Amino acid sequence: MNRVHSVLRRWSTRWLFPIVALMLGGCAGPQSALDPAGQGAEDIARIFWIMVIGATIIWITVIGLAIYALRLKPGPHHRRRSGVWIIGGGVIAPTVILTGLVIYSLAFLPQLLARPPEGSLQIKVEGLQWWWRVTYLENGEPDFELANEIHLPVGEPVEFLLSSPDVIHSFWIPALGGKVDMIPGRETRLTLMPTRTGTFRGVCAEYCGASHALMNFTVVVEEPEDYQQWLAEQRSPARQPAEELTILGRELFVSSGCGACHSVRGTDANGRIAPDLTHVGSRHKLGADVLPNDRASFERWIRHTDDVKPDVLMPEYHSLDAAELTALAAYLESLD
Amino acid sequence: MQTTENDPEPLPEAPPLEVRRTQEERLLKAWETPKGWRYWSAVNNSEVGLWYTVASFCFFLYGGVLALLMRIQLAVPENTFLTANQYNQIFTMHGSVMMFLFAVPIFEAFSILVLPQMLGARDLPFPRLSAYGFWSFIIGGVFVCGSIFFDAAPRGGWFMYPPLTSSYQSDVGADIWLLGLTFIEIASIAAAIELIVGVLKCRPPGMRINLIPLYSWYILVVAGMILFAFPPLIAGDILLEMERAFHWPFFDPARGGDPVLWQHLFWIFGHPEVYIIFLPSVALMAMIVPTFARTPIVGYSWVVLSAVGTGFLSFGLWVHHMFTTGLPGVSLGIFSAASQAVAIPTGVQIFCFLATLVAGRVVKSACLLFVFAGLATFIIGGLTGVMVAVAPFDFQAHDTYFIVGHLHYVLIGGTIFPIMAGFYYFFPMVRGKKLSERIGTIVFWLVFIGFNVGFFPMHISGMMGMPRRVFTYPAGMGFDTLNMISTIGAFILAGGLLLFFFDVVRPRKNEPYSERNPWNAGTLEWLAEIPDKPWGARSIPEIDSRYPLWDQPNFVRDVDEGRFYLPDAKEVLRETIVTSVIDARPIQCLRVAGPTFITVWAAIFTGGFFILATYHWWTSAVISGLLAIVMLLRWAWTTAPIPEKDSKDVGLGMTLPIYVSGPNAVGWWAMFITMTADLTAFMSLVFGYFFYWTVHKDFPPEQHQGPGVFWPVLSLVLFAASYGLTLLSHRWNREDNAKMFYGGIIGAAVLSLGGTAAIIAGPWTTNLDPTSHVYPAIVWVLAGWMALHGIGGLIMQLYCLARRAARRMTAKYDADIVNVCLYWHFLALTVFITVGVIAGFPFLA
Repeated sequence: MNRVHSVLRRWSTRWLFPIVALMLGGCAGPQSALDPAGQGAEDIARIFWIMVIGATIIWITVIGLAIYALRLKPGPHHRRRSGVWIIGGGVIAPTVILTGLVIYSLAFLPQLLARPPEGSLQIKVEGLQWWWRVTYLENGEPDFELANEIHLPVGEPVEFLLSSPDVIHSFWIPALGGKVDMIPGRETRLTLMPTRTGTFRGVCAEYCGASHALMNFTVVVEEPEDYQQWLAEQRSPARQPAEELTILGRELFVSSGCGACHSVRGTDANGRIAPDLTHVGSRHKLGADVLPNDRASFERWIRHTDDVKPDVLMPEYHSLDAAELTALAAYLESLD
Repeated sequence: MQTTENDPEPLPEAPPLEVRRTQEERLLKAWETPKGWRYWSAVNNSEVGLWYTVASFCFFLYGGVLALLMRIQLAVPENTFLTANQYNQIFTMHGSVMMFLFAVPIFEAFSILVLPQMLGARDLPFPRLSAYGFWSFIIGGVFVCGSIFFDAAPRGGWFMYPPLTSSYQSDVGADIWLLGLTFIEIASIAAAIELIVGVLKCRPPGMRINLIPLYSWYILVVAGMILFAFPPLIAGDILLEMERAFHWPFFDPARGGDPVLWQHLFWIFGHPEVYIIFLPSVALMAMIVPTFARTPIVGYSWVVLSAVGTGFLSFGLWVHHMFTTGLPGVSLGIFSAASQAVAIPTGVQIFCFLATLVAGRVVKSACLLFVFAGLATFIIGGLTGVMVAVAPFDFQAHDTYFIVGHLHYVLIGGTIFPIMAGFYYFFPMVRGKKLSERIGTIVFWLVFIGFNVGFFPMHISGMMGMPRRVFTYPAGMGFDTLNMISTIGAFILAGGLLLFFFDVVRPRKNEPYSERNPWNAGTLEWLAEIPDKPWGARSIPEIDSRYPLWDQPNFVRDVDEGRFYLPDAKEVLRETIVTSVIDARPIQCLRVAGPTFITVWAAIFTGGFFILATYHWWTSAVISGLLAIVMLLRWAWTTAPIPEKDSKDVGLGMTLPIYVSGPNAVGWWAMFITMTADLTAFMSLVFGYFFYWTVHKDFPPEQHQGPGVFWPVLSLVLFAASYGLTLLSHRWNREDNAKMFYGGIIGAAVLSLGGTAAIIAGPWTTNLDPTSHVYPAIVWVLAGWMALHGIGGLIMQLYCLARRAARRMTAKYDADIVNVCLYWHFLALTVFITVGVIAGFPFLA
C-alpha cells in the first residue's frame, strides 16, 4: 500500500502537477480567452470552467456506464430494469442539468449585452480587407483616426461601433470579451470593460478573404494618465521631418502618390482608402499586426506588399531604388 | 434452427425441387446484371448502391488529403508550405467535399445498397432515379473536385458568405461551388425521394409501422429532413448566383440587399445538415448494438420518437450559428435554450443503446470497438455542443479552433467511427467475406488515438484565441506546440484510415466465404445469401416481428424454399411488392425498371447545363438543359406501361393488381414528395421577400413601382382556369370521354401558356429593373419561379395528351393524369402565393 502511495506521489509530482501547471500557464497569452483582462472575458471564462468540470463529470459517468455495460457486468439484466437507464440517463438527468445550465448561463446575457452608461468612451471601428480603421469619437463626432491599434483606459467601459464597407469581418479581442460581427449595411455594437493593464491582440474572427489570417490589431490597456497622454499625441498632427533622410522620404511620399490613399494629418496627404499614417511610427506593429515596427519592415512592406499580405490592394513599389526605399521607410518610421 | 412442430403458422409445402430450379432461373434472368460495357447501364440497387458508396468513399479520401495538407501548413507558425489562396481553396473544398460529397451521399449510397434487403424487397421503387442520382453525383463531384487542380476552386468557405462571395471573388470558383453543388443537392433530393417511398411503400407484408427496423426509421427521418433542409439552400444558391451572374443585388446593402439573408437560408439548411449526417450513423449503431448484445433493442419507441424529435428540433436551432451577428438578447436566449434541448433526445438514444447492452449478453468484435469509439468521442462533441449553445460562451468560442475541435468530435466521433463499425458489420453481406478483426483492432487504436491527439488540442488553441480559417499564425501566441500535436495526431489518424482502406480493398481471392448471417443478427438484410444473389430475397416474406430471423421459426428455410410471396418471375420481369403505408398490407405487384443508359444521358445533359452555366456559356447551357428535359421525358415515357393483365397471383393465394394509380401508387408519392421539396424552395424565396420587408423601413420602397395588379391577377385567373380544366380533363379521361378530354387538356395548355406570359408581363410592362434594387429583383425571381413552374405544368398537360393519343394512358390506366393533377395542386398554391405576394402585399405594407 505504501509503495503504491509513494509511486503515486512520485508520479504526480513528476508528471501530473507539471502538466496541470503547464496547461493552466499555457492558457496565458496576449490573445487568450482564458487569461481574461476584461469583465466580459472573466464572466465567460467562469462559465467555461464550470461547464468543463460539469462536462468532464458527465463524460466519465456515461463512459463508466458504457464500460460497465460492455465489459464488467455479471450477466444479462432484466429488460425493464435497464429501461430505467433510458428514463434516468436519457430524460431526467439531461433535463435537470440543462435547465440549470440555461438559467445560470443566460443570466449573464443582460450584462454582456448591456450598453455602457451615457458619456462613456465610444470608438468606431471599420473592418476592411485586411485592416482596421479606428476612429475615436468625442460626443458621437470623430475625434481622430488611426489604424490597427486601440488604446483603452483601464477600468472604464468602452463601446465599439462596428461596421464594414466591404465584406463581413468579426471584431474580437479574446482577452477582453466576446466577438461581434461587422456586417456591411449594418452597425453592430460591443461593450467591453478592461480590468487590467497590458498589451493584447485582437483578430478578425470571420473569414474575409485571402489574408484573413493577417488581419489583426494591438490593444493596449493602460492607466488613465498614460491613456490621456497617448490621446494627446494621437490628436496632434504628424511630426515634421528634421533630418535630410526623412525630408527626402517625405518628398518621395508625395511624389510616389502615397497621399492618394493614405492620410498624414498636417500634410497634403489626405487619402481615405488606406490606413491613416499620421502616427504610424508610434504603433506596436505594422500591416495589421503582421510585421514589427522598424525600418526594415517598412521597406519590406513597400517593396513586397503582396508577399507580406496576399491580394492586398496596395501595389508593390518596385520603382523606388534601395536608397529611396530607405528614405521613405525612415520618414514613415519618424512619424511617431 | 427450430423444427416444424413449433411453427405456429406453418406455410404451405415448398414446391418440388425442379420447379424451384426453374423459378430460380427465371428470377436470375429477370434480375441479371448486364455484362461488358453494358454493365454501366445497371440500375439495380445492389450495383448503384455499391458504386455510390465507393464514389463517396473516394471523395472522403480526397477530402482527407486536403485535411492533411492543411495540417502540414499549420504544423509550424508562419509556414510557407501553402500560399494563402491555396490554403483558402483547400479549406473551402475540405468542408464542402466532406459535407456534400461524402457525409450526405455515403448515407444515401449505403441506404440504397441495404434498404431493400432490410425490407425484404427486391429493389427500390425507382431504380432509374437512383442511377440518375448517382451519375449526377459523380459528374458534379468530379467537376467540383477537379477545380482545385486548375487553381480555380471555390475559396469562400463552405458557408460561402456574401458579400465576399458575391462581389469580392470574381473568379469562377464561387460559381463552381454554387452551380456544381446545387446540381449535387438535386441528386441528393432525388435519392431522398427514393428512400422515403422505399420505406413507406416497399416494406414486406406484415411489417407494420411499429415493426420497421430502426435503420429504416432513421432513413425516413433523415430523408424527410433532406427534403426540407436542402431547398432553402438551393433557393439561396439561386439568389447568390443571380447576383454573381446578373448583378441582382440580393446581398448588396448599397442596393437594398442584405448579406444576413444568406446566413439565414444557409443555416436553415446547415444546422439540420449536421443531424442529416449524424442520425444515419446512430441508425447504424441501432442495428449493430442489438446484434452484438444478442437482444432486441431496449426502448424501440423511445429511439423512434427521439429520432423524429431530433429531426423536428433541428430546424429550430439555426440561429445559434449566428449568435455573434448582433441579434437582440431575446433571440439569443430562445435559440440558446432550444439548442440545448436537442441534447435530450440525443441522450435518450445513447441511453437506449447502453440499456440494450446491459440487457443483453455482449459478444466482442471489432464492430463494437468502433461503436465504443464513436460513443466516447461523440459524447465529448455533444457536451462541447451544449457549451457552444450557451450564447455567452459562444461569443468567445464562435469561429475559433474550439469549434473546429467540437465539430470534428461530432462528425468523426458521431459519423466516421459508426460508419467504420458499419463497414465491419455489413462487409460480409456485400462482399461475402469478413474484414480482418486483427487489423480492425489495430485500426481502432490508430484512429482512436490519432483522432484524439489531433483534435483535442484544438479546443485549447481555440480558447487561447486561435481563429478558424487562418492559413497561418504567428509564433509566440501559444499555438505552436498545440498545432504541432494536432498535425501529428492527424497523421496517425490518416495512417489508421489508410490501414482500414487497405483492409477493405485488399484482394480476398484465397479467403473462404463467410457463413451466412455471420453475426447471427435478427433483421431481414441477413437473409442475403453468400455469395449474394441479384434477387435479394428468394421470396418476399411475411413479417410479424422486429427481428424475424430470431423470432419467426424456420424463417430462413421458408424464404429460401420460396414459400412466401413472389417466388417466381413468370414473365421474366423485375417485380416487387408494394404495401400500404401504415400496416403494410400488400396492394400492388410493382414492376420495376431494368438496365438503361437513358439515366446516364439525362445526368450528362443535366450536368452539362450546370457546368456550362458556370462558365456563362449560356447558349450551350440552354441546349444542354433542353436535351436533359428531352431525356427525362423520354425516360418518363417508358414508365408505368399498361400491363398485359390487370392482376397477378403473387403466391400464398394472394392476387395483386399490377397497375395502380393515385395515393396507392409509388409514383404518386414520389410526385407528392418532390413537390413538397419544391414548395419548400419556393417558400424560402418568399421568406426572402418578407425578410427584406422586415429589414427595411419602407418595403416595397416608394421609388420603385411594383409589377402592378392587372397582369398578375390576369395570370392568376388564367392559371385557375387551366387548373380547373386539368381537373375536369382527369374526370373526362376517367369517363373515357375522349373528345372532352382532348378539348379540355388542349384548352388547359393554352391557358397555362397565357398565364405564364401574363406573370412575366407584370414586371416586364412596368419596367422593373432587377439590377436597380432588391425589390424588383425579388419580384422578378418570384415571377420567374412561377413562370418556370407554369411551363412545367404546360409540358405535363401536353405529355398527358400525347400519352392518351399513344394509348399509353387510358380511362383505367390513368396514373399520368392523376400525378399531373397532383402537380397542379401544388402549382395552384404557388400561383396563389406568388400573385398574393407580388401584387397584393404592396397594398398591405
